[in-house]
Amino acid sequence: MRDFSYLRAGSIDAARQAAALPGAMLLAGGTTLIDLAKCGVAEPETLVDITHLKGLDSIEVSERGATIGTLAKMGHVADHADIKSRFPAVSEALWQAASAQIRNMATIGGNLMQRTRCPYFRDPSNFPACNKREPGSGCSAIGGVTRGHAVLGTSDACIAMYPGDLAVALVAFDAIVHLGQRQIPVDDFFLLPGATPDKEHAIEPGEMITAIEIPSLASARRSTYLKIRDRQSYEFAAASAAVGIEFEADGRTIRDLRVALGGVATKPWRARAVEDALKGKVLEPDAVRAASLLAVEGAVDHGANHYKIELAPRVVARAILKMGETA
Amino acid sequence: MTVHNIRHGDASDGAEAVGGRLSRVDGPAKITGAAKYAVEQQLEGLAYAVLVESTIASGKVRAIDTKAAEAAPGVLQVLTPDTIISLRTASDWFGTPPPDKPYCPLARDITFSGQHVAAIVAETFEQAVAAAALVKLSYDEAPSIVDLSDAKAGDGIPIDAMTKEWGDAQAAFASAPVRICAAYNTPREYQAPMEPHGLIARWEGDQLTVWEPSQWLDGMARTYAEWFGVPFENVRLVSPYIGGGFGSKALALSHGAVAACAAKMLGRPVRLVMTRPQTFTGYGGRAATRQTVTIGADAQGKIQSIVHRGVNETSIDGMWVEPLGSVTSIMYATPNFSSKQNVVRVNSVVPGAMRAPGENPSAFGIESAIDELAYEVGIDPLEIRLRNYAEQDPYAKKAWSTRQLREAFAAGAERFGWSKRSPEPRSMRDGNQLIGWGVAAGTYPVRRAYGEAIVRILADGSVEVESSSIDMGQGTYTILAQTAAETVGVRADDVVVKLGDSRFPRAGVTGGSRLAGVMTGAVYKAATSALDQLVGLAISDPRSPFHALQANTLVVANGRIGSPRGDGPDVSIAELLKSVGRDHIEATGDTMPANSTPEDRYKNYTTIAMALPHTEGDYSRHSWCAHFIEVHVDEDFGTVRVSRVVSALDSGRLYNPKLAESQWKGGIIMGIGQALLEEGIVDRRHGRIVNNNLADYLVPTNADIPDIEVISVGIPDLHSSVLGGKGVGELAIVGVAPAIANAVFHATGKRVRDLPITLEKLI
Ligand SMILES: Cc1cc2nc3c(=O)[nH]c(=O)nc-3n(C[C@H](O)[C@H](O)[C@H](O)COP(=O)(O)OP(=O)(O)OC[C@H]3O[C@@H](n4cnc5c(N)ncnc54)[C@H](O)[C@@H]3O)c2cc1C
Ligand code: SF4
Repeated sequence: MRDFSYLRAGSIDAARQAAALPGAMLLAGGTTLIDLAKCGVAEPETLVDITHLKGLDSIEVSERGATIGTLAKMGHVADHADIKSRFPAVSEALWQAASAQIRNMATIGGNLMQRTRCPYFRDPSNFPACNKREPGSGCSAIGGVTRGHAVLGTSDACIAMYPGDLAVALVAFDAIVHLGQRQIPVDDFFLLPGATPDKEHAIEPGEMITAIEIPSLASARRSTYLKIRDRQSYEFAAASAAVGIEFEADGRTIRDLRVALGGVATKPWRARAVEDALKGKVLEPDAVRAASLLAVEGAVDHGANHYKIELAPRVVARAILKMGETA
Repeated sequence: MTVHNIRHGDASDGAEAVGGRLSRVDGPAKITGAAKYAVEQQLEGLAYAVLVESTIASGKVRAIDTKAAEAAPGVLQVLTPDTIISLRTASDWFGTPPPDKPYCPLARDITFSGQHVAAIVAETFEQAVAAAALVKLSYDEAPSIVDLSDAKAGDGIPIDAMTKEWGDAQAAFASAPVRICAAYNTPREYQAPMEPHGLIARWEGDQLTVWEPSQWLDGMARTYAEWFGVPFENVRLVSPYIGGGFGSKALALSHGAVAACAAKMLGRPVRLVMTRPQTFTGYGGRAATRQTVTIGADAQGKIQSIVHRGVNETSIDGMWVEPLGSVTSIMYATPNFSSKQNVVRVNSVVPGAMRAPGENPSAFGIESAIDELAYEVGIDPLEIRLRNYAEQDPYAKKAWSTRQLREAFAAGAERFGWSKRSPEPRSMRDGNQLIGWGVAAGTYPVRRAYGEAIVRILADGSVEVESSSIDMGQGTYTILAQTAAETVGVRADDVVVKLGDSRFPRAGVTGGSRLAGVMTGAVYKAATSALDQLVGLAISDPRSPFHALQANTLVVANGRIGSPRGDGPDVSIAELLKSVGRDHIEATGDTMPANSTPEDRYKNYTTIAMALPHTEGDYSRHSWCAHFIEVHVDEDFGTVRVSRVVSALDSGRLYNPKLAESQWKGGIIMGIGQALLEEGIVDRRHGRIVNNNLADYLVPTNADIPDIEVISVGIPDLHSSVLGGKGVGELAIVGVAPAIANAVFHATGKRVRDLPITLEKLI
C-alpha cells in the first residue's frame, strides 16, 4: 500500500468533483477498496470518503418500487421488512453475501462496484500479467487455476467472474442505477470484458452512484435467491440463481419469469432464454429442467471450472421449482 | 473445627480439583482484550521489518536492486543476502550437531515461491511495506517440480526407517479370497492460526530477548542462541499467549532470524509480522500425501494382509517425513503386513507439523479402505472393525496400556443410533438430500517427555506456579492451577500460573499432545514438596500453633490447615506462614529421571531426543476414538453438509473434561474442514499457492458445524502419565475425514479418495 491523502467530501457535488481528479477514488465501507489497496491492486492517491454524506442511506419502498441510497448498509437492506416482503430475492442475496461483519460495513453502491476475486488480479507482484489491471499485459488466469472463473461472457482477454450476489437479483428485476442526473439499467451498467476488461462499469469519471431503484413487479414478490457453494457461509457462489415468478390467474401458467445467474459469468447474467422458454407454459418439472439448460448456452469452460456448466442449470431449475411450490 | 474433604474428579464442591470442569482461567483476559500477545509489546524505539519474497519457484536471484527502497521515506535498512550478518547453522530438533557452515535466512538460491530474499526495516510499518514494493528482483529461473503429480517428481527417496513388515504380506494378499486396493490422496493443508507468525527481537549487548508466539520456548531459544553463537542463557523467549499454533509455532524460523539480525545490526528492537499470504509460504503446512492401501481378507472380512505404500512431499533441501503407516500398522489385527514410504522433493517450503502429523493422513487411508472392504464383503462397517479388533499392538507386539476403542465404538454407536442404519448406499434421503452415515476410528500415540515447575506458597496463602511451558488455548493455565490447587489444598482461584517465559523452569515442546501429561506431573511433584514443607513447618516449628499437637500429619484444604481428626487449631495458610515467620515456601519439581545431569536436562528441554517412545517398556500407549458422522449430500449440487457428529474418545483420565471436550470438538471441526474444504491450490506454471488467504483457503464457519457430541470413554492410564491422562489435542481430528468420506459413500454410492470432497467431485 502506498501513501494516499484522505478527503472527507462535504457534499455529493464535492465528492464527484474530487473523485474526477486522476488517482482519486470514492471510499464507502472500504471492504473492497482497502483490501485491494493492501494487495497493491488499488493505488489511490486520494481517498474521497463519502460515508458522511447525508441522505444517501435511505431505504424507501412504495407501490412503485424500492429506492435504496448508495450508502445503505448491506445488512440494513437485507433486514428491511418491506424489502423482505416485496423483494425476497434481494434480501436473500444480501443475507448470503460475505459475512455479518462485512455486511455491517459495506454499502450498496460499493457492493455493485466490488471487483473480481480472480487470484491473479489480486497479486500483482507475482502475476504482472492481467488485462484487467494492466490493459494489454495478458491474462495470467488462462491456463492457470480457474476453478472460480467464469464460463459465460468471457473473452480472450479476461475470464474473471463477477463475484457479487446483490447485482444478480437486481439484474433479474430490471433495477436501475442512479448516477445523479443519469439513470441506467443495471444490466447495462455492468460491461462484458471484451477487449477492455479494465472497463467494468458504464460509469464515467466524476460520476457517482447515488441510489438503486427496483421497480415493483409481481415476479419480484415471489422470488428467491439460491446460492450454492462448498462452504455453507462466507463464500462466493459456485453458482447462484435469482428467480421470480408471476403466475396467471390459474396459478399454474407462467405469466412472467425472471432468471439471473451469479458465480458463473463475467457480469450479473440475465438468462432470458430460460425465461422465454417457459413464459406462457404451465410450470412442470421436466420442462423446467429442460429450459434451465438454456441458462448456460454458449458457455465455455477453462478446465477446472467445467463443473459450473453442469451446476448452474440445476441451480436455476431448483430455484424455479421452489418458487412454483409456493404457489 | 471443620475438616475439608476434597472429592476428586468433581468440581461441584468448589474445589475445582483435577478432573473438575473449571472454565479457562485465561478466558476473561482474552475476551476483554487485556491479554497481551507477543508482538503487542510496546517497546521504545521499535522499528518495523517487512519481508520481500521470491516470485519464482526455482532458480537463482541474479540481482537485487534496492536503490529505490533505500531512498524511500523512513527506511533504516535494506537486508539482502549480501548485507545481512552471517549466522551459524543451528542443530535440528533432535539436537543433531549441525554442519559447520554459515546460515543465511535470506536466499540467493531459490527453491520455492515465497522464499524470503530481502527485508526492509523502517520507522513505521507502512513505510516498510511501501519500500518493500520498490525492491526489484531479477532471476535466472530454472525448471521446478510442482508437486507429487509432476512428471519430474519421480518415485522419491525411500525412508527405510518407516518400513514396517511382518509375515508375508504380498503372498497372503495374492491368495486372499477378497481383495481391495485403492489410492488415497490428501492435499497441502495449512494450520491457518488466527494469530499470524511474527516476533519482536531486542538485543542488549549479547543478550537477546524475543517476544514470539511459541509452542516451545526452550527449543526456540536454543536455535536463536546457536544462530548467533551466544550462550543459551543469553536468549530469553517470551510468549504469554499464543493465538493458535497447530504445530506451526514450535520452531524458530527464518523470519525470526531476519528480525533478530535486523535488531542486532540496527541496535534497536525490531518487529516483524508475516502477512496472511506469507503464512502460506513462510513455513510449511501439512505435506501433500498419496497412499495405496491393499487389503486381503477372507469372506467374513477378517483381514489376512495389508500392503501399504505411502509418499509425502518434502522440499528441495529440507526433509519432512509424514509417517503414513502409523495408524495402518496398529489399528487392525493382521497376520501379514507391509508398509513402506518414500518422500518426494518438490519446489515448496519444507512441510511441517500440523495437528496429528502422520496419524491424520494415515487414518484417511486405512479407515477409508476398511470401509471399502466392508462393502466388498457385505458387512456393516462397524462390525468389520470389531471383527478385526487388535487385542494387542500388532506391530510392537506389546499389550496396550489401555485401549477403550471397543467401548468407544459401543458408546458412539448407541448414542448415534447406528443400529438403525440402512446398509445400502443411496438408501436414505430427505427430499433432494441424500443421507449417509459413516464411521471411522482414530488414534494418537502417547508422547512423553519431561518437564519442570516451581510452586510457591506465598505469604497471603496464595500459590504461584511457574513454567516455561505455554498455553495456546488448550488450557495449560487452567489445568496447572487445578493441579496445584488440589495438591497443595487451596482453591484454584488462589493459584496464579505464570507461563511463557524461558526464564521460568523449563519444559519441552508443546506438541504431540504431550504437555498436559508432562506438566501436570511436574506441578504435582513441585506442589507435593511445597506442601510437605508447609506441613513440616507447621508440625515442627516451635512458633506454629500445631507444635503442641505432636501430630505426624496435617490436612490442608481450601487454604486452611487443620489436624486430620479436626481436634486442633484451624488456621489459614497465611496465618501459619506469619506465625512461623516465613514469607513464602518454594519447591521445584520435575519428572526427570533421578540421576539426570545438567546436560540431560538441557537436551530434554531443548530437543526432542529424550522423548520416551510410546512403546517403551512393556506397553504400547495410545489414545483412541470412534467418530460417527451423518452427512446430507444434495443430489443435484454435490454439496456435502455434516449434520450430526457423535464421537467417543479415550484420552485416559481427563484433567478438565470441559477443556478436553473443547479440544476434541476443535479437532473434529478441523477434520470437517480437512474433509470438505481445505486445499492449497498450486498454479502449476509458477509453482505458487494461489489461494493464500482466508477468503480463498476455506476453513469451516459456524454454519458448517452441527452440534457435536463427544463422549469420554477413557480410564486412568498410569503407564502413560503421572496422573493418568493420555493425549487430547491431536486425537480427535484423526478419523474425521474418513468418517465423512465413508458417510458420503453411503449417501451417494460415490467413493471420493482425494480430499477435499468438493462439490464437483460429486455432481
Ligand atoms: C472476504 C470477503 C467475502 C465477500 N463475500 C461476498 C459475497 O459472498 N457476496 C457478495 O456480494 N460480496 C461479497 N464480498 C464483497 C463485499 O460485499 C464488498 O466488499 C462490499 O459490498 C463493498 O462495499 P463497500 O461499501 O465496503 O465498498 P468500498 O470498498 O468502499 O468500495 C468499493 C468500490 O466501489 C467504489 N464506490 C463505492 N461507493 C461508490 C459510489 N457511490 N459510486 C461509485 N463508486 C463507488 C469505490 O471507489 C471502490 O472502488 C466479500 C468481501 C470480502 C472481503
Ligand atoms: S481473468 Fe481477468 S482479472 Fe484474472 S488475470 Fe485474467 S485478465 Fe486479469
